[in-house]
Amino acid sequence: MAVAEQIRPTTDALLKTGGPKRPANMGQYVRWALLFLGGILMVMPIAYMISTSLKWPHEIYNLKLIPEEPTIENYTFVLEDGRFYWWFLNSIIIALITTICNVLFDSLVGYTLCKFRFPGRYIIFIAILSTLMIPTEMLVIPWYLMSQQFGWLDSYWGIMFPGLMTAFGTFLMKQFFETVPDDFIEAARIDGLNELQIWWTVAMPLVKPALAALAIFVFLGNWTAFIWPLIVTNSVEMYTLPVGLSSFGDEADVAWELIMTGAAISTIPTLIVFLIFQRFIIRGVVMAGLKG
Amino acid sequence: MADLALRDLVKTYDKTQVLHGINLDVQDGEFVVFVGPSGCGKSTTLRLIAGLEEVTSGGIEIGGRVVNNLEPKHRNIAMVFQNYAIYPHMTVRKNIGFGLRSSSAPRAEKDKRIREVAELLGMTDLLDRKPDQLSGGQRQRVAIGRAMVRDPAVFLFDEPLSNLDAQLRTQMRLEIKKLHQRVGSTIIFVTHDQVEAMTMADRIVIMKDGHIQQVGTPSEVYHTPANTFVAQFIGAPAMNMLPGQAVENGAILLKTGDLVKADLPVGTGRQVTLGVRPEDLTDAAAEPFLEGQVALREPLGHETLIYVTTEMGEFIAKADGRRPPEVGATVRLGAEQENLHIFDAETGSALA
Repeated sequence: MAVAEQIRPTTDALLKTGGPKRPANMGQYVRWALLFLGGILMVMPIAYMISTSLKWPHEIYNLKLIPEEPTIENYTFVLEDGRFYWWFLNSIIIALITTICNVLFDSLVGYTLCKFRFPGRYIIFIAILSTLMIPTEMLVIPWYLMSQQFGWLDSYWGIMFPGLMTAFGTFLMKQFFETVPDDFIEAARIDGLNELQIWWTVAMPLVKPALAALAIFVFLGNWTAFIWPLIVTNSVEMYTLPVGLSSFGDEADVAWELIMTGAAISTIPTLIVFLIFQRFIIRGVVMAGLKG
Repeated sequence: MADLALRDLVKTYDKTQVLHGINLDVQDGEFVVFVGPSGCGKSTTLRLIAGLEEVTSGGIEIGGRVVNNLEPKHRNIAMVFQNYAIYPHMTVRKNIGFGLRSSSAPRAEKDKRIREVAELLGMTDLLDRKPDQLSGGQRQRVAIGRAMVRDPAVFLFDEPLSNLDAQLRTQMRLEIKKLHQRVGSTIIFVTHDQVEAMTMADRIVIMKDGHIQQVGTPSEVYHTPANTFVAQFIGAPAMNMLPGQAVENGAILLKTGDLVKADLPVGTGRQVTLGVRPEDLTDAAAEPFLEGQVALREPLGHETLIYVTTEMGEFIAKADGRRPPEVGATVRLGAEQENLHIFDAETGSALA
């Protein structure tokens, strides 16, 4: 038998299986174990949220993951409570308007800082960046005083105004505009477009991934915002979803099953947004070199 | 179409002066190529003409009108960039028609103009494609189409062929030349490639360190270079330079002691540089003046370039393609008197 014929069956088998498999070493098992543990840690709160939302009040402090008597009563209660729709609507309005404003204003400022040469440009950029170091807790009192003076307490405008433009968004957009070659801008300038037209027609379409990432960051940030909306709102109708959910129950008892039900429902829009745009988030984070 | 004039053009960045008083007149319909090494100021000059940079002093006139203080869009110019600058999110049709956005012409007229340009560039079938579905040459054609569609007074090309491979570059070179012959527009073309300059230009402007070294037709800059820089920059391989001294009867005495018959218009004793192009320096000259050993051969088919090591250094000469001298062989090189270029050793300016 020729040598070629002798080795052919072995070669064919290897081709079918994709070649001999490398045995997994100890390090790989450790990595998998750590990843598995990390996965459990991430999933458990969500699993408990859903589990609690399906429990009766007397079962809440029973930490079993699977409810003994599962019920959808909590969902019926929350969805039949008119306040929930108000809070949902408030959150949607605030998150959407803030997102649109951020996409427009952050990109305008980012574009200006990136593509125009003017005195003080660098100082302005550093000043904007330095505001990232100030914690929200330090800002809420001045924000509140401003809102009070302007008559914005307990209004959409009061909830939204601190977040209509963000330093993070400006930084993210500036970094992305760096990737747009100046030739594109100059070609458009020669072709007769004014600066605002160039920004809108040429530069913005070229940074769509960044815009999508920014939109998701801002939307999620506002959707889950708690402290500031809690401080600035007084009437139940102006509550956002997180604030409204926290109001379930009274001083003596917290209705965890209702809070978890509302939280589970409120997760749905963010999940949809994330599943659609997650690749943009990753690109945005990598590009900005920052956590969202 | 329009003529273009540069008057004492100066450009300074902070404290660094990059253009030192550029003066040039470009005739209506002329194809002028700016050529020079990196940092010579050719692209800066183009950007000043386009209005993308501010002039420090001096003037730019397009069609007899001073345009120094006009925005790029009001100068009636179009520019083709090195990396094409065609918008990836737009189709070829939209890219070509981009320059017509600010025009008040009716839509049908704009569409007609886009089709005309596409036909002229042979791109009618590609109008609905996006740039990522095009080859490098096709993208370059889109960029040219976008420049053409507005029918500007002056076309500016900023090294538009440098991103293309050698074969495509030759093809595009021809296409741009043909296009110029067809539309007859004024073109300013910037390149660092002297072959592009020689093959395309009506006139070549050779620049170095922010100064114009010579302006002339390709034949003029090749055959009568104004100085040693031009002599060595134009032509490949570069011109051989041999140091020498003017002696009696207009001849040159080389450092090797060899005498070169020339017609020097300067007095004896003056230090000069003798320039001979490799294609003029042969091992079959009647009166050779340089002796050395063949160090390397470069066969080009019809002829062979030989690298000859002499007492004065290494020089390149031309030999018969069929019977070139062997490596290591001793050769005696010389050139016809009419092919000798003589420069002042101190200033580098041409003497004869």
